[in-house]
Amino acid sequence: MSGTFTKAMARNVFYGGTVFFFLLFLALTFDSMQGLPKTDNRAAITPAVAAGKHVWETRNCLGCHTLLGEGAYYAPELGNVYVRRGPEFIKAWMQSMPTNTPGRRQMPQFNLTEKELDDLVEFLKYTSGIDTQNWPPNIEG
Amino acid sequence: MKYKSQAVAMPYFIAAIGLFVGQILFGLVLGLQYVVGDFLFPSIPFNIARMVHTNLLIVWLLFGFMGSAYYLVPEEAETELYSPKLALGLFWIFLAAGALTILGYLFVDYNTLASATGNDILATMGREFLEQPLLTKIGIVVVALAFLFNISMTMLKGRKTVINIVLLLGLWGLAVFFLFSFYNPTNLVMDKFYWWWVVHLWVEGVWELIMAALLAFVLIKVTGVDREVIEKWLYVIITLALVTGIIGTGHHYFWIGTPAYWQWWGSIFSALEPIPFFAMTVFAFNMVNRRRREHPNRAAVLWALGTGVMAFLGAGVWGFLHTLAPVNYYTHGSQITAAHGHMAFYGAYVMVVITIMSYAMPILRGRQANSNKAQVVEMWSFWIMTISMVFITLFLTGAGILQVWLQRVSEDPMPFMMVQDQIALFYWMRLWSGVGFATGLVLYVVSFFIKGKEPEAAAA
Repeated sequence: MSGTFTKAMARNVFYGGTVFFFLLFLALTFDSMQGLPKTDNRAAITPAVAAGKHVWETRNCLGCHTLLGEGAYYAPELGNVYVRRGPEFIKAWMQSMPTNTPGRRQMPQFNLTEKELDDLVEFLKYTSGIDTQNWPPNIEG
Repeated sequence: MKYKSQAVAMPYFIAAIGLFVGQILFGLVLGLQYVVGDFLFPSIPFNIARMVHTNLLIVWLLFGFMGSAYYLVPEEAETELYSPKLALGLFWIFLAAGALTILGYLFVDYNTLASATGNDILATMGREFLEQPLLTKIGIVVVALAFLFNISMTMLKGRKTVINIVLLLGLWGLAVFFLFSFYNPTNLVMDKFYWWWVVHLWVEGVWELIMAALLAFVLIKVTGVDREVIEKWLYVIITLALVTGIIGTGHHYFWIGTPAYWQWWGSIFSALEPIPFFAMTVFAFNMVNRRRREHPNRAAVLWALGTGVMAFLGAGVWGFLHTLAPVNYYTHGSQITAAHGHMAFYGAYVMVVITIMSYAMPILRGRQANSNKAQVVEMWSFWIMTISMVFITLFLTGAGILQVWLQRVSEDPMPFMMVQDQIALFYWMRLWSGVGFATGLVLYVVSFFIKGKEPEAAAA
């Protein structure tokens, strides 16, 4: 780096640039928050959805599955599982785990109550209604 | 070492290495579970093992960062640490909290752990990387604040060098953005939006400040290049990192229910994110080429150059590979993401922490550098770990390309689990690469126990 570009200039560019782009990020965040009601399906949030999210979190589902593409990549995407499989399949599936097929990936038995299963399904139904800009590319997730 | 109180860095480094070994053991378990699905089931299901793997990584890197700060800040500030006792106390608190958390994951049902630790009062658990119980999260905040107080007071009473200022900015940023881990609304889109304020603004934001500062410190020490030059580079690198990385958060806002314009903001700014990493590579090589001395610790120089290259490849190149929205539409949440995650974390953060440990540990043990024999073993461990990580990344990338094709691109998309069967061969090869990595890590640990005569410093 040449002698004309001094350390003081580099410092000023750092502070100036960081503040500018952080403020721009905050502005975009503010705008996103204004726009979210159109895409985040908040109208569908009920107490059952909230309870279902709690079930989802306290069983660490994200430790194997993805939800809208985020999580672990060991088991199928669940953001659209409500559409792919439907409510009854999801409940029956969870109740019949683990398969105990030798050598196959196993999902734990979480011993959820009927209400917890319904709440979880409600949460997955709400999730499937979020406008994700047409992601995933197809129903397989 | 120049200041007695720098010695508190040693237990932090030892704990970091110990937890690193644990992380890799669980990595092997996970790699095996990918191909032998019922391995260790039901005692350690995949989700538990993965949580242990990723949380150990975060905790040992934090140990590494804190140890580095305790070593570096007094030396830069040219004064003793404000309170070595506080630093030592915090070490034991953090170690106990970390160990209890990991043991809790392994031996207590996660749901039971959640209710026992206040998750019903304030639900923060069950989100990727932020799985820690509420009590642990509060513990992290308390330890972080006390740690920041200690090193900030140290800097304030001494010389305020650019390296110290940048390191402290990074560490304060780390603590501030962690606070978003306590915000967990029912609205999944908002949950995810602010979850990234912890995860992205850490690894593609403030952690880069920490990394650049640590690298700059070691480069000053091992090359003897003028501080003015190195500090100017440091400012340029962190400017590039934050200018691209802050808005670059947008590459996580493509498909999670956020407005579509993020596809433009995220793609453009994150496409520029490799630049700071490239600058770091050029910086490291440039400084070593212009060195004014031959530092006897050649292993540390190797790690410093290595972290520059591998961070650029892992974070820069493998990040760019899938960061443009039209590409990411197909690769999002696939093994491509896993490939990038592995090499980026290893290249940037694992290697920079090893760089400073490699430089500082011999000094903390009363010598300029380890014996030639010990350094040769350490350099072998560098090559074995690094090459193994390249293979892990390549095999996961291969798996990811096939997965994306079979599941998302082809005319007749296959279900997830059928695709997983198709790509098992790649998972096997990844597992063997992981065994290679573990071998390298064993050698790394062994290198600490090899004695021999201290090498002479030579003038360039």
